[in-house]
Amino acid sequence: MSKAVIAATRFGYGARPGELAGIAKNPEAWLLDQLQGPSRLHAAIRELPASSAMLVEVQDLRAKQRGKREIRDDGEIVKIYGPTVRQHYIDQVSARYRAAAESDTPFHERLVHFWSNHFAISADKQPMPAIAGLYENEAIRPNIGGKFADLLLAVEKHPAMILYLDNQRSIGPGSKIAKAANRRRKDQEFGLNENLAREILELHTLGVDGGYTQQDVTRFAKVITGWSIGGATERGRFSDGIPGTFQFREIVHEPGSQTILGKRYKSDGVEQGEAVLRDLAAHSSTARFIAGKLARHFIADEPPPTVVEKLSEAYLRTDGDLSAVYRELVEAEASWDAAHAKYKTPHDFVISTLRAFKHEPDNPRFIIGALDTMGQTPWKPGSPAGWPDTADQWGGADALYKRIEWSHAVSQVVGNRVNPVELGDDVLSDAFRPETRRAISRAETLVQGMTLLLASPDFQRR
Amino acid sequence: MLSRRDVLKSLGLTAMAGSLPRLAFAKTVLDARFVLVVLRGAVDGLALAAPYGDGNYQKLRGELAISKPGSTDGLLKLDGLFGLHPSLANVHQSFVAGHANVVHAIASPYRERSHFDGQDMLENGAARNGALRDGWLNRALLPLGSRLGNEAAIALAQNTPLVLRGDNSVTSWAPSRLPDADDGTLERLQRLYAHDEFFATRLEQALRSQDIAGGMDGMGNARGNDARQFAELMQSAARFLTSPEGPTIAVVELGGWDTHANQGSNNGALANRFAALDRGLGSLRDQLGDTWNRTVVTVVTEFGRTVRVNGTRGTDHGTGTAAIVLGGAVNGGKVIADWPGLGDKDLYAGRDLMPTRDLRSLFKGVLQDHLGLTPAFLDETVFPDSAAASPLQNLIRT
Repeated sequence: MSKAVIAATRFGYGARPGELAGIAKNPEAWLLDQLQGPSRLHAAIRELPASSAMLVEVQDLRAKQRGKREIRDDGEIVKIYGPTVRQHYIDQVSARYRAAAESDTPFHERLVHFWSNHFAISADKQPMPAIAGLYENEAIRPNIGGKFADLLLAVEKHPAMILYLDNQRSIGPGSKIAKAANRRRKDQEFGLNENLAREILELHTLGVDGGYTQQDVTRFAKVITGWSIGGATERGRFSDGIPGTFQFREIVHEPGSQTILGKRYKSDGVEQGEAVLRDLAAHSSTARFIAGKLARHFIADEPPPTVVEKLSEAYLRTDGDLSAVYRELVEAEASWDAAHAKYKTPHDFVISTLRAFKHEPDNPRFIIGALDTMGQTPWKPGSPAGWPDTADQWGGADALYKRIEWSHAVSQVVGNRVNPVELGDDVLSDAFRPETRRAISRAETLVQGMTLLLASPDFQRR
Repeated sequence: MLSRRDVLKSLGLTAMAGSLPRLAFAKTVLDARFVLVVLRGAVDGLALAAPYGDGNYQKLRGELAISKPGSTDGLLKLDGLFGLHPSLANVHQSFVAGHANVVHAIASPYRERSHFDGQDMLENGAARNGALRDGWLNRALLPLGSRLGNEAAIALAQNTPLVLRGDNSVTSWAPSRLPDADDGTLERLQRLYAHDEFFATRLEQALRSQDIAGGMDGMGNARGNDARQFAELMQSAARFLTSPEGPTIAVVELGGWDTHANQGSNNGALANRFAALDRGLGSLRDQLGDTWNRTVVTVVTEFGRTVRVNGTRGTDHGTGTAAIVLGGAVNGGKVIADWPGLGDKDLYAGRDLMPTRDLRSLFKGVLQDHLGLTPAFLDETVFPDSAAASPLQNLIRT
């Protein structure tokens, strides 16, 4: 298999017609150039509102409806809040998939989605559907080419992550507010919520076997008490800060120094947590964890350990410079080994199909419906662990059948204007096996031929 | 403002408008309904209408030969030479009533063996492959104009097929739930997956589960058989054609005719396909009600199949085939054929039914006598370079 095809399908999101010739001139450079300069934003993404404004909007909506519900219990909450949030979600999904389908820097897009999944929030918890895409574009997208520590800080300080993992509710047991409250009412709950601290250690940095203890989790949770969101809180306890943006609330922060992973962190307000995050980013467990995930995503479900080691070394050598890690990945021989093909996720499959057809997805419900049916609803992995990245998680019999049905459906919608043999030659090039080509050329109809092309192992792997 | 007559004049309908009283003209153009059924995959014309009276038929067709008229599940007699496939009972009923014709040994000008290219030429109406990028039925719409401001033609499909694509505005409609992947496509995928264990085992498991689940598709819906889905599509076509401001022309497609293996004879795979087609045509007729009397339906395919049976009890891509013209407006009860015979020297390229009539003759006959298009417009615009294929005469009741 030629390097151009591998660059386009394994590192990118599949070739658009006519794209392979340009990539073939220098596939490595084509990939690495995509990481230079600022992220080129698709217009649809540029037009999305800021998450701060969105949070204010949905919070207002909720407050209004709470008021209404007190007057008459007539289901108004569902009627106004639900559809509004849903529409914002649809707009953001639409922008995401249009950008990916039309992008001429698909490796960059894939990395954005990779990190968005690494730092997953799930839209099955309110108000995540209204801000999931905004979070991806604000916290992840601008930071994927720099230092991992900066990406990590941007993520953990983003209101979406704080809300998703409940950190705005976490209150230091020794904080000023807890002490004051405990003087008034002994039974009121003012306590730690370890959710965010645990997931940072387990999922975002060190990994589950990264060498931390429950004590580290608890202490880290104390360190990041006060990492909250400005404006009025749910119970109206605070109102300081700019609504919808990160706000450090000294009043709920656990005072005093904490020792985490054997290192002592002085009580310096927000800087205490930032220092922990920077050290976590520099940890060798984090290097190995990130290296392993990248190699699994780009090379194989079971990546060669030597490559993981090389990526990990590059990470540690450069103080977590992600561009250096990507360069190592692109230059690794195993990355270009056809035998290491990955089974596409539904997300990969849908985007590569849109790209092959040069189809501008003008109906986001069609995209959402497709991904929902195939088991990968956008930004809805159901847990902070994100979507799995191995074929055994996606390769069920019924899941394949649903891909076939969708191949057939999408072929009926857009597939009868293109000759599937020519399209296969164009976007798969030498990854288009002769037997697949022959089977498609013998198809009864263009729609049937296109269905065979999309459902073929040639197209289903990357 | 232009008068209707001026408009017609400018659009090439003058000969007709001048030769007929206005009322008759209006009736012809506005009341006539036309349905084009495109059978994709190359229908075996020798099974659709079998030449049981040809001495070579039994010999060449062997186990695929269909029993003679009068025998159990045998052919439905058309005349002394031809019998209709036993699954086509509704078509036969129309034939007996004088509202259906079979046109045999017919083919488009295409002489190669690719489905895609063959369908392209069937639909673009060109004399040569690749000569035209729009569809003949779209070009034919120009003088018909729009009907009360609405599109004159509709495709009962997700996406407009080539035959209706072009400069004139057309509409399309399909059920919101897209049809399931058909059995033919799944079989082809099974073959494609045969050498890839990951895909092969999973598809096999999935298909087994489908059977157990009693025919649910991948989307968790009950898997309708193709015949029911096609019948419903035909009913929808009829609803559009009878709605007061609806289109007067409809295009419907049905695939699954590429019978390379286990084609069957009186019964079997192809018989089931014919049954689906027949049921759909019956549904169309019933749903159209009185409008059926003003309707012409043509049923066509891109090319025929080999006369001899292949090594897998099927037939391969051929040339000459058969078409059906039916509807209350049809002057029927005939098999229209310059029968070339099935002797070794009679066959095209030594293997196919020799085409003795151009499909465009059939289309031109319908467009001229049923939809009122002029011969000049047909030859210049709808079917360029088709002068040799003169319109089939007397197809329409007068």
